[in-house]
Amino acid sequence: MSGPHAHALYVHGHTRVHGLAPQCKLAAQLLFVIAVVATPREAFWAFAIYAAILVGLIRLAELPVGFVLKRLVIEVPFVLFAVLLPFIGRGERTDIFGLSLAVEGLWGAWNILAKATIGLGASILVAATTTMPEFLRGFERLHLPKAFTSTASFMIRYFDVIADEMRRMKVARQARGYDPRWLWQARAVAASAGSLFIRSYERGERVYQAMLSRGYTGSLPRVDEAPATGATWAAALTVPAAAAAIATIAWVVRA
Amino acid sequence: MTEPALEVMGLLFAYPDGTQALFGVDFTVDRGERVALLGPNGAGKTTLVMHLNGILTTQSGSVSVGGLSVSKESLREIRRRVGVVFQDPDDQLFMPTVKEDVAFGPANLGIRGEELEARVLDALAAVGMAEAIDRAPHHLSFGQRRRVAVATVLAMEPEILVLDEPSSNLDPAGRRELAEILKGLDITMLMVTHDLPYALELCPRSVVMNGGSIVADGPTVDLLSDDELMRANRLELPFGFYPAEAMRGARLDPV
Repeated sequence: MSGPHAHALYVHGHTRVHGLAPQCKLAAQLLFVIAVVATPREAFWAFAIYAAILVGLIRLAELPVGFVLKRLVIEVPFVLFAVLLPFIGRGERTDIFGLSLAVEGLWGAWNILAKATIGLGASILVAATTTMPEFLRGFERLHLPKAFTSTASFMIRYFDVIADEMRRMKVARQARGYDPRWLWQARAVAASAGSLFIRSYERGERVYQAMLSRGYTGSLPRVDEAPATGATWAAALTVPAAAAAIATIAWVVRA
Repeated sequence: MTEPALEVMGLLFAYPDGTQALFGVDFTVDRGERVALLGPNGAGKTTLVMHLNGILTTQSGSVSVGGLSVSKESLREIRRRVGVVFQDPDDQLFMPTVKEDVAFGPANLGIRGEELEARVLDALAAVGMAEAIDRAPHHLSFGQRRRVAVATVLAMEPEILVLDEPSSNLDPAGRRELAEILKGLDITMLMVTHDLPYALELCPRSVVMNGGSIVADGPTVDLLSDDELMRANRLELPFGFYPAEAMRGARLDPV
């Protein structure tokens, strides 16, 4: 059963990862990914630890393994590109299973594959444990401009309403035998898009009036709960802190 | 406290394009009264409603709520006193969750913390939607959204509730449920509606508007039984509906 604010990537749950303040999760994720990206590609052991941390957190969040693997599929186009690198790369070459591969290309491919997979895994973890309203609150807490967060909030709220209107218009076109085959028949679609725009604009005006009626004076009131405590931040930031330490060690060992 | 809950005197209004919408509207609503505002489309009902909380500015004449006249300076207090429930709940509910939406009005009034929480809970309880508090508005049924829309206004603890077409688009059960909720609220109410049986059921008194002015004002059952008045103002009862008999039936079988 998906939760009330289910977006496609959300997995309902009541784990410690789900319960973490969203702003902490977002900041931790960003810093973790930066640490991973900054790690020298030769440090295989470092990537192994990153992967272990991630798997640990995914277990903690009780995310189904199949779900995470399926979401990782989005990476495939990038991986395909990475796979090409050893073949098209220049310079020193090496033989693996009778194939002549460019050494530099192999490193490049590994670099992309390892960092992308771990970064994506971290994103999936955060997305799967955070609802839409939590994301918005998190961004607001991280002092993103109000204009951005309130626009995003309206967009999320009205996406379904407008998609619904669009679907009804499509049904109404089809009900009158509209079945476009040629480009010049697209006129009706264009007209629908136009009237959808006008309707949305008018709705915007009505929403604004409704907001005024309830005392809106230009900025959405902040009614969120107390800010995250130091302990919450500390808990969330252990992960990127560990990653940063590993990245630093990897550089020191390499030098 | 003898001053009426709502007093409209000599209200004139023309839209910027020159269309005269109100030609001198006079009426008062006493505290605790439930009044229906009836009339054909284009009679000026919505224009009048927009004046009651200062969305449209008075050009000539006056509107006062509980003795306070609607003006730029009093706008904030007026919007607290007059709660308008708009026709389309999708226009009224614009926040990502029901809770945030119900909190929007009182938060604009500067209420925070526990009192805000209590207002939200009480308002939702009053319309029987307490269990939907953490849900997203677009995941509710139309009838539920209409009820939450009423709650968003109740949370501001208004002195007068103005409802624009409260029964429109509701299924018969949703219509009856809303009627029961509205009857249970101890608040002055002005209801714009085309649903004449609904007006008869909920409002002892009705005001008929046509062509931008008030043409009749009296007990709902008398107005609805006046064939000539009804015909002259494009008001029509459902087939087989006789207001006086309906009232007798209601008295025999109290709800």
